Amino acid sequence: MRLIVDNLAVRRSGRRVFAGLSFALGAGEALAVTGRNGAGKSSLLAVLAGRLRPAAGRVAAEGVGEASIPECLHVVGHRDGLKGALTAEENLAFAQALLGAPRLAPKAALERLGLAHARALPVAYLSAGQRRRVALARLLVSARPLWLLDEPTAALDAASQDLLAGLMDEHRAGGGLVVAATHQSLGLADARELRIGAAPQPEAAP
Amino acid sequence: MIRVFAALVARDLRLAGRVGGSGALSLVFFLMIVALVPFALGPDLNLLSRIGPAILWLAAVLATLIGLDRLFQADDEDGSLELMTASPAPLEIVVLAKVCAHWLTTGLPLALASPLFGLLVALDGPATAATALTLLVGTPALTFVGAVGAALTASIRRGGLILAVLVLPLMIPTLIFGVSAAQAALGGTIPFATPLTILSGLSLIAAVVGTLAAAAALRWGE
Repeated sequence: MRLIVDNLAVRRSGRRVFAGLSFALGAGEALAVTGRNGAGKSSLLAVLAGRLRPAAGRVAAEGVGEASIPECLHVVGHRDGLKGALTAEENLAFAQALLGAPRLAPKAALERLGLAHARALPVAYLSAGQRRRVALARLLVSARPLWLLDEPTAALDAASQDLLAGLMDEHRAGGGLVVAATHQSLGLADARELRIGAAPQPEAAP
Repeated sequence: MIRVFAALVARDLRLAGRVGGSGALSLVFFLMIVALVPFALGPDLNLLSRIGPAILWLAAVLATLIGLDRLFQADDEDGSLELMTASPAPLEIVVLAKVCAHWLTTGLPLALASPLFGLLVALDGPATAATALTLLVGTPALTFVGAVGAALTASIRRGGLILAVLVLPLMIPTLIFGVSAAQAALGGTIPFATPLTILSGLSLIAAVVGTLAAAAALRWGE
């Protein structure tokens, strides 16, 4: 798949967050989106995920047939989409049925993330880092070409960060795309960097 | 698409059965309202059995509202709704599955338990059976109408009261035909089947319109 972003502008409650953003991402490529707090990293990911309508410009995907962009991507963000009352395995089994294109079984995905022991525990009992790892395990249970990661290393320990870097390398070697908003180096080999820099400017009153 | 539907229903039923599920709570609330009425009206059995179906229906309308505000809000807060929009199945299927699961945990137990509660308002056998049947046929309409309000208030904190104000007026037709069907079974000039078929028609219309409207409201709210 190939992701094309052309002259994108985002406006939130009347304030321009960013404008004139263009990039293209091919198979196996990774993009690290950086910038200070409030620069619009999460807004960019929300536009790519199709949750936020851009004020101008377009986002397109090539080589995915008739699938829409939201059907080609995984999102792991601040809100992890996990139900506290369900166990880690139940959460992943549900995500797999919901998203389709099954790859690893929930149990095997949890083992990859080093959470085999927490399989049958309700997610509410897990620590922040463990919850994040369960959310990351969702990347493995169903195969989708584009990974959108918003601060994926938040709450992760050093070993888990290395693990995540390994997973991203593997995904890219298989022709996948990674777009990650981050403040830290993610250990992505030859990742391109997109810096969203300019301060948001208030629009002149009409 | 069927698989997504089944997975959603199974998940919501499982969640309702675990801690914090609202199914049993709305049943208890139903019991409370029905039990309060005889205390308020006094021990006049004739009066009670005459207005019994109306009491059961009013209690059912109010009990349906319990837990409805969390139908989409809970999923909106923790990001599950975002996950569902990434599903290959359209949002309408997601809404339909969630509302069906909600009805199975609130509306269905309510209809099944109503014969027991009919005893509290001195309903006799045929009247109890007729009221239970109207509740079984009519509560889906209440749930689907409520789902539209739940979708509109999904991102509003403490939206429960707004939800009630929004959807209660829309539940009036269902209430009218539900009670008149149950009253028709008690005797009168109208045959039982006439209001009952209108009631089932209302449920079917609500299922279609409610699903589409709730999905549109969720899309619009994003």
